[in-house]
Amino acid sequence: MAQAYSPGLTVTDNIVLKKERILPLKGTVLVKKGDKVKAEDLVAETLLPGKVVPFNLSNKLGVTPPMHMQYVKVKAGDKIKKGDLLAQTNGFLGLFKSTVKSPIVGEIENISKITGQMLLREPKIPVQVKAFIAGVVVEVIPEEGVIIENKSAYIQGIFGIGGETFGEIKMLVDSPGQPLDVKMIDDSCKDKIIVCGAMVSYAVIKKAQEVGVSGIITGGIDDRDLNKLLGYNIGVAITGHEEVGLTIVVTEGFGEIGMAKKTYGLLKQFDGHKASIHGITQIRAGVMRPEIIIPIKFKEEELTEPETRMSTLEIGTTIRVIRQPNFGVIGKVTGLPEQLTKVESETLVRILEAELENGEKVIIPRANVEVIEN
Amino acid sequence: MADARPLKRIIATDCGSTTTKSILIEYIDGEYRQTVRGEAPTTVEKPLNDVTKGVINAVTELEELARLKYKDDSIKFIKDDTIWISEKENEGVDAYVSTSSAGGGLQMMVTGVVAKMTGESAERAALGAGAIVMDLIASNDKRANYEKIERIRQMRPDMILMAGGVDGGTTKHVAEMGELVAAADPRPRLGSSYKLPVIYAGNNKARDIIKDALGEKTDLIITDNLRPTLENENLGPARDKIHDLFMEHVMAQAPGYNKLMSWVKGPKDGKLVTIPIMPTPAAVGNIMQTIAKVYDIEVLGVDIGGATTDIFSVFTKNKVFNRTVSANLGLSYSISNVLATAGLEEILRWVPFDIDESGLRNMIKNKMIRPTTIPQQLEELVLEQAIAKEALKYAFIQHKEFAVGLKGAQRQREISEAFSQSTSGESVVNMMTLDLLVGSGGVLSHAPRRNQSAMMMVDAFLPECITRLAVDSIFMMPQLGVLAEISEKAATEVFEKDCLIYLGCCVAPVGKIKPDKIALTAKIELPNGEVFQEDIKFGEVRLLPCGVGETAKATLKPGRGLDIGEGKGQEINTELQGGVVGIVLDTRGRRPFTLPLEASKRVPLLKKWMKEFKAYPEEILK
Repeated sequence: MAQAYSPGLTVTDNIVLKKERILPLKGTVLVKKGDKVKAEDLVAETLLPGKVVPFNLSNKLGVTPPMHMQYVKVKAGDKIKKGDLLAQTNGFLGLFKSTVKSPIVGEIENISKITGQMLLREPKIPVQVKAFIAGVVVEVIPEEGVIIENKSAYIQGIFGIGGETFGEIKMLVDSPGQPLDVKMIDDSCKDKIIVCGAMVSYAVIKKAQEVGVSGIITGGIDDRDLNKLLGYNIGVAITGHEEVGLTIVVTEGFGEIGMAKKTYGLLKQFDGHKASIHGITQIRAGVMRPEIIIPIKFKEEELTEPETRMSTLEIGTTIRVIRQPNFGVIGKVTGLPEQLTKVESETLVRILEAELENGEKVIIPRANVEVIEN
Repeated sequence: MADARPLKRIIATDCGSTTTKSILIEYIDGEYRQTVRGEAPTTVEKPLNDVTKGVINAVTELEELARLKYKDDSIKFIKDDTIWISEKENEGVDAYVSTSSAGGGLQMMVTGVVAKMTGESAERAALGAGAIVMDLIASNDKRANYEKIERIRQMRPDMILMAGGVDGGTTKHVAEMGELVAAADPRPRLGSSYKLPVIYAGNNKARDIIKDALGEKTDLIITDNLRPTLENENLGPARDKIHDLFMEHVMAQAPGYNKLMSWVKGPKDGKLVTIPIMPTPAAVGNIMQTIAKVYDIEVLGVDIGGATTDIFSVFTKNKVFNRTVSANLGLSYSISNVLATAGLEEILRWVPFDIDESGLRNMIKNKMIRPTTIPQQLEELVLEQAIAKEALKYAFIQHKEFAVGLKGAQRQREISEAFSQSTSGESVVNMMTLDLLVGSGGVLSHAPRRNQSAMMMVDAFLPECITRLAVDSIFMMPQLGVLAEISEKAATEVFEKDCLIYLGCCVAPVGKIKPDKIALTAKIELPNGEVFQEDIKFGEVRLLPCGVGETAKATLKPGRGLDIGEGKGQEINTELQGGVVGIVLDTRGRRPFTLPLEASKRVPLLKKWMKEFKAYPEEILK
């Protein structure tokens, strides 16, 4: 038995899922332990400190620091409204006074004796955290957030763009290898998460944006289309913050690649069900992949955390090739030779022997496959 | 530093983000050698959450391999769940040292008054200490104050280094920067239970002002000005403070590091003392400087990883050290950014066959999202190596721009400099005087053929005149860097004998002439008794056999207008050193080195050069 180099992406019809929903700063938790929540429910909120507005007070008054201090009419911590008097010189015989008024609503942060700089702070900005998945609140972390648990059908994508969203799943293709035609998108797709097969083109994404689709799940996407959509080339795989009006989850990779049969089958099974998805991807230490979460009915006693298992490679393990040649093809492991083997590129690597779906027998570097859990 | 007594056995580890690598160094027959190596996954994440577990696993592997090697079951490096440091001979080890880059390394933000002067000095101090500089904020960086505040707020650095002003100079701008940092109220990246460490190394007259602004809100540490005068840079105290804080704050937040910090010990001046854990890049910088000093040479080193490319250099008589991190130039996680930086055409100019744009773009993106995959097909290997050349080239451009003399400094200029229009702030990187170019990182250390490593380094760095080429066999430079802290002798001996694999040397005349003209007249007496003699035209590559430890006597005469180190057209007699690849004679031109744009002209040239380099199997170059 050998440990797989690339753990496969999880695709399952039944998983106990735990999601931490945490505020960026300390705040208020709005639910309590045991509460049942829907995806769109608010679970915690806080107020972020407002933006700081600096300006040079002594310049505006026409004096040099620290002379400006004698003209200041406010102190640090004071609440202010737009137009409030902040400082005023005495002028000459009560005339020709220089006056400085507040450009914002907020409060005084700081007035510097040395630089003559005044810092104002805008009002706090509310930040709200939604439940994102329907489930039960199993733990409240005071002032920080909650942990929500549920049972779901669950699919990890390989790459995505756009943040968290929800919607009903709508199948638009008849097979995992079928690319989506733009004509297949109409008003019935509004607020839905549409499932395409092997490829989603730029035209399809544009139409989906127009119609108001919440999310797109696709096997592949062409890099040039993505580039056109975003207006820039994604340099480093940290995504999820894009604002393109919808979320895209890619399940296989770049190029026209048929969606894995299991993934397609699972989405088809849950056609019409409500799902939560996000495109957040981070490939580095602490890997994050996009997720498709379809909550299913459960009893609370069923919520026991599954054991974390390492994917293992054995004779008979089902694998998927994740690099050329045969990218995307499924096969079964037929041999796991121990010794290093030279492949076409002359690289000496650990390999495995496999029989592909089409009957072809091949050798593949172990790093170039992922295990598909049966 | 003189070694008090020979250490018999030393263990060194490097705790990386994903793997903890351990090496055993032993004193055998009067010299230090690296004898056994082990590795294990790093354990800083759930469920283990304790870096020492990975260290114990990696050292256990060392122990097992050492027992096998010496057929001695009594060898024991671990006792009571810790590394066994014993003063008795033949028991445990004499010292244990470690470096770390787990958890994303050390991330810093620096501030200065003038971006090109104190700002750059602060950046140099932070980079030299092994940090990734997230941003440089300066009074004159053209951003509005509110933008600077927003930027500081968004970033969550491990610490901030503040510089600015010369000692006794005006305090206004430094004070303003202090106010901006205070207004942003920055939070540390790891944990919320402690205040963000801020090091102030600016104008000494502004210390009280900075204390007033930041003393309450941050954990403020004040140290000597890193730019006391415009003519002087004094980076040592700031770097030392960064290292102290890295240990006390950043590392102490990482799971298990408190324990690991109590393990790292070694004899110094006859006493067993704690040897601080170093950030990995700082340790690499340390070994580079040690080597440059011990052998009195100029060194350029590169480490190209999946996410970042680090370049280290030691140049000039004064052994000026510089390090840069190109944070988003790498070959897996950041591979797509190489495409964004270089552009498709620049990458394709190194590819000797046709490939459609869409296919290449998708291949690069697929590597980005599945970073651990390996090129199985030869074409994909050639493409990855083409991308590596561009990543190295751009990282080197950034390094040259950064590794400069002090800007703003007044200096006496000699008459020759006045004619050459040299100014303050010129790059100290001089490829004509460089002695040794060292490559490391997966794509260079593990290329299927060493000839590919040599070709990538030559094409990307374009070494001039005569330069030795080497790769770090298993990337043990970090461990040797921290080892140099207790034994310079052990570190340099292992570096020379076990760490480096010499590829050979590259001979390249500088300048450009017409293609049909002779660029180099070479007469080289090879170790196998043959004499290579040729008038090599411009635009050619030759590879001559000359093995590791062998030398070849050479008479080299550059063509008219070209220079090989002694001036234009001047002949030299020298000894060329060999390696696993051999001696590369490269007459493709330097300053400029150009490749034709049209594929019809470029592809045959690439094929010819790659054949000479013996870089790839013949079938792909037909």
